[in-house]
Amino acid sequence: MMEKETDRVYMIDDPEIKKQIIHRSYTSIPHSMALGLEFIELRRNVAVGKLPYQKKLVGNIVTGAVHTGVLISLIDSIAGLSVFCALPEYESFATLDLRIDCFKPSSPNQDLFAFAECYKLTRTIAFVRGSIYHNNEDDPIAGCVASFFRSGKFHSFLQSETGGP
Amino acid sequence: MSKADFFKEVREQKDYKKAIEMVPYAHFLGITFNETSEGLVFTLPFAEKNIGNPLLPALHGGALGGFMENAAIMHLMWTMDSLALPKNIDFTIDYILSGRPKNTFAICKVIKLGKRIANVQIEAWQDEQNNPIAIARSHFKIFRT
Repeated sequence: MMEKETDRVYMIDDPEIKKQIIHRSYTSIPHSMALGLEFIELRRNVAVGKLPYQKKLVGNIVTGAVHTGVLISLIDSIAGLSVFCALPEYESFATLDLRIDCFKPSSPNQDLFAFAECYKLTRTIAFVRGSIYHNNEDDPIAGCVASFFRSGKFHSFLQSETGGP
Repeated sequence: MSKADFFKEVREQKDYKKAIEMVPYAHFLGITFNETSEGLVFTLPFAEKNIGNPLLPALHGGALGGFMENAAIMHLMWTMDSLALPKNIDFTIDYILSGRPKNTFAICKVIKLGKRIANVQIEAWQDEQNNPIAIARSHFKIFRT
């Protein structure tokens, strides 16, 4: 019989591991730190992040809209995190590809939110979809799909010289 | 002087540094570019803040994607007559190799420049141009002036 989705193990269910992932996300990814990325929700298959509006991330100085390149960086980070939220245990994975569709420019002075869901995890690939929005998830600025290759080796993200479980 | 007129002057004077300074996010990433026999070549100089995995270490995939998208927009702005900022419609990136902590380069090819849409292909490499670390393609809405 096929394994029921609810039967399988999610490492994110462990509050200690969840705490570690959030802590590592804040402290061990220099680029996320430089962007000022915040990780606001992690649950089974899903990650939600926030990127506060900052003048240094603007792409159009006339309108004050954030650069679309920033959206790529934001969704890439949160999509990767959603894979952690779908995995049964620590392992490494690499982004294979990512596509972003830009529906409309972002508004100046407004924070960006990114939602990503790992909607299918196979033995080798994690498939993710996501979106970026300001206040209303139903009114997205951009949509995204990405796939990740599960390389299977024990991942060092949580277990480095500086500690971890 | 409007921003468009200012950019026109920057472009005529081939002031690559000023062009980047007009885009805060490009300036934040530390992007530079110049014209070679192959056309415009963009550089993402190595910077600690563009690292995604410090243990490997590897460049952040988003920083690489952001760099390549920036390159495509600047390439269009530099090579088209128009002074209106192209609008990204979609951007697709394939990651081929993990980016090492060193300088990354990118070159853009405009596959099609239509009346309203441009299709741009972007290639990024580190050691050898024929060994790309990522390739991307993107559609932009363009505005003829």
